[in-house]
Amino acid sequence: MNAWLIPVFPLAGFLINGFFGRRMSKSLVNLFAIGSVALSFIYVCVVLARLWPLDTAYVEHNYTWLQSGFLQVGFDLLIDRITAVMLLIVTGVGLLIHIYAIGYMSHEGGYERFFAYFNLFVFFMLILVLASNLLLLFVGWEGVGLCSYLLIGFYFHDNYSSYSANKAFIVNRIGDFGFLLGIFLVLATFKTLDFGKIAAAVSTMPVETGAGMLTMITLLLLAGATGKSAQIPLYVWLPDAMAGPTPVSALIHAATMVTAGVYMIARLSFLYDHAPLAMKVVAVIGVLTACYAGTIGVVQNDIKKVYAYSTISQLGYMFLGVGLGAYAAGIFHLMTHAFFKALLFLGAGSVIHGLAGEQDLRHMGGLRKFMPITWATLLCASLAISGFPFFSGFYSKDAILSVAYSRAPWMFWLGAVTAGITAFYVFRAFFLAFYGTYRGHQHPHESPRVMTIPLIILAILSVGGGYIPVLRWLSGPSPEVALENRTAMIISVAFGILGILAAWLVYVARPALAETLQSAAGPLYTLVFNKYYVDEIYQATVVRPLQSLSRLLLWRGVEEAIIDNSFVNGLARAVRNFGGLLRWLQSGSIRNYATWVLAGSLLVIFVIGLAGGAR
Amino acid sequence: MIPAMPVPLSWYLFLSAILFALGVAGFIYRKSAITVFMSIELMLNAVNLSFIAFSYQLRQIDGHIYSFFVMVVAAAEAAVGLAIILAVFRNRGTLQVDEVDTMKL
Amino acid sequence: MDTILFIICAIVAILSALNMIVQTHPISSALSLIGVMAALAVLYLLLGAEFLAMAQMFVYAGAVMVLFVFVIMLLNAGAEKASRKSWFAQVAGLPLVLAFIGVMVFLTKAALPPFRAVEFGSWVGGSAYNIGHLLFTTYLLPFEVISVLVLIAIIGAVVLARKEID
Repeated sequence: MNAWLIPVFPLAGFLINGFFGRRMSKSLVNLFAIGSVALSFIYVCVVLARLWPLDTAYVEHNYTWLQSGFLQVGFDLLIDRITAVMLLIVTGVGLLIHIYAIGYMSHEGGYERFFAYFNLFVFFMLILVLASNLLLLFVGWEGVGLCSYLLIGFYFHDNYSSYSANKAFIVNRIGDFGFLLGIFLVLATFKTLDFGKIAAAVSTMPVETGAGMLTMITLLLLAGATGKSAQIPLYVWLPDAMAGPTPVSALIHAATMVTAGVYMIARLSFLYDHAPLAMKVVAVIGVLTACYAGTIGVVQNDIKKVYAYSTISQLGYMFLGVGLGAYAAGIFHLMTHAFFKALLFLGAGSVIHGLAGEQDLRHMGGLRKFMPITWATLLCASLAISGFPFFSGFYSKDAILSVAYSRAPWMFWLGAVTAGITAFYVFRAFFLAFYGTYRGHQHPHESPRVMTIPLIILAILSVGGGYIPVLRWLSGPSPEVALENRTAMIISVAFGILGILAAWLVYVARPALAETLQSAAGPLYTLVFNKYYVDEIYQATVVRPLQSLSRLLLWRGVEEAIIDNSFVNGLARAVRNFGGLLRWLQSGSIRNYATWVLAGSLLVIFVIGLAGGAR
Repeated sequence: MIPAMPVPLSWYLFLSAILFALGVAGFIYRKSAITVFMSIELMLNAVNLSFIAFSYQLRQIDGHIYSFFVMVVAAAEAAVGLAIILAVFRNRGTLQVDEVDTMKL
Repeated sequence: MDTILFIICAIVAILSALNMIVQTHPISSALSLIGVMAALAVLYLLLGAEFLAMAQMFVYAGAVMVLFVFVIMLLNAGAEKASRKSWFAQVAGLPLVLAFIGVMVFLTKAALPPFRAVEFGSWVGGSAYNIGHLLFTTYLLPFEVISVLVLIAIIGAVVLARKEID
């Protein structure tokens, strides 16, 4: 089957564009970049067609990477139904965003570098998704983090971009520390890192009621997931990651990389099923993050930041889904979210492109007549994310909220309210951008076809994606709770429509209402506008003490005083002092020399005499 | 009158040792270059005495030959050494050994 | 008779050597050294080395020391001046010399086999005939080399001591 070819195509694209891109023409760079992802997508379809209907997982053993004692890790690939969905999302949506990026990045410097990094990202994401053991998954995990860093900091001359890239990577690293600890515990407990073997071992273990080894493992892995998928407490990097080019935000920070955490939990469902405490933590974190991020998104003025907070919020929904045991629902929402979130970001990119770089909502307005295609597609996306009936988001969000309604009602109500808030801020952005009069100074124009065609395709998927029978297909092997609940559906739809109407009221019908509300809220508004000062709190409690500790203790104390002065310089000083001592022997005085000769010869005679040489 | 008892050879060796030690002391304690040279000649003479004493002991004449060679070499060395002292005196203007100490760190 | 002669010559030698060390003016040291050599020549004679005793007087006392005296006169060497350099030699010299004497004496007494008694005339092997015979048979090569050495010394002395003609 050669499933290893799937990630190798983008890797080849990275290598070719990375090494030779400078000397190639732009169309050749495009060919390799798009072609590699297209080939990957086609091959994914071929493999899935051959493996249909994928009742059992397909495992492919490749080269053995590590063989040490009981540890055996190979480049093994696993394809089952979840993998299939993820593969199609990564390669399919990735392909569309690659095509879009040709148009978006056409005027930017470092063109070939961008596509090289983009291809590398797809490679690592595919490794992550195809991995059959925890170590290979971690390789992909770290690799996408690296590419995220490279792409966020793509405009590396800008200080803010470099800072955001650093922030993303470092915050991810903190989560990855927990992830690594989890891997170590898995290794210690199960003596293997292979998913199949762990699943077999776990099925014999009882379900843990309180805190036990499995709970510890799953909570540590969750720590990594909160970093990668931007949940509380490690979400702070995602809004700043918007400093990167918009296609990056669309692919990495909406559709694929940030969903890695959800995918990991779904992949390790056999572990999480045996640790209900950890599942509860997952769900609670998910729903709290969803609501929290939604409130911040309401008051943001940068269009990309609004969508960033909405990504955090929707990821919270996915965490809620998998936390409640509805893995299929979570993955389903992951898929529809990939469609409409990518579309939202690409649409925002189209707006920004048409306004020559303007990202502030306060300087937009009335763009409907300038960019009709962008308007139409963004309308589809906004309706989908708000859970408007019959759009894709409606089905997936409803699947999650139905499970919540029957399992934990307070989570359902919080989720429903958040749905309303989501609808409100998404349509706030939509109305502010496309309605009213134009408040800026640029010449808005529609984007070229290479950008609008992916928008249209994604819009079709956002509308019709809910009808793909993913839910039933995924929940086949494992039994799920009742996926539809009439009451829950009606309540969540009601909240959604309420949100849309409220946004219409405030931003289209009575624009002055926005100002009054803002001043009425007063200090509450300032608090939310400054993201609850979480960044500042982190800076004061974590970053600054760590920096001072490093500087004073490690740098001045250990490095300078101990290692430099005592060992390195100390050795040099000792040698120099000893040499200085020996220098006194070379006095230039013959009489001193003669005395030394006499002393030496006396010593020699003495020693020979002692050794019996005089005999 | 001292009774005429025979002199053991070891007394000659002791004398040789004392003369050698006096030569070394002269080398260490004297400051004029010529006097230092003379101390060297004294040391060589003491060694000659030692050779001849051992030659008497072993009743072989080889010791005399060695002593002879030592004398020749000492004479040659005296000639060359005094020529060097002359050259040093011309360059440095002093015969004091302590003042010729520029080869130092 | 031998004993008295030995004792007198030994005392003369030691006293002259001491005088050589102690005197400040080089010319006094040179004359004391001649005294040492004369005493040593007598001692050689006592030991039966007649050729060498004569060689000692001719070469050492007659040529080498005269050379020394010539150079002292040429350089107008004066009395020594006190110097504070070489403090290590001043301090450690005497103890080391005494230690040296002690070690030598000890070794002579303890390590070497018992010696003969020296009587003048008991051995007449040191004649010129014997030395010449040995010199030109067994030690022919060193003899020839020594002559080259003397030649080198002559040339060296001339080269080193000449004045540069500008």
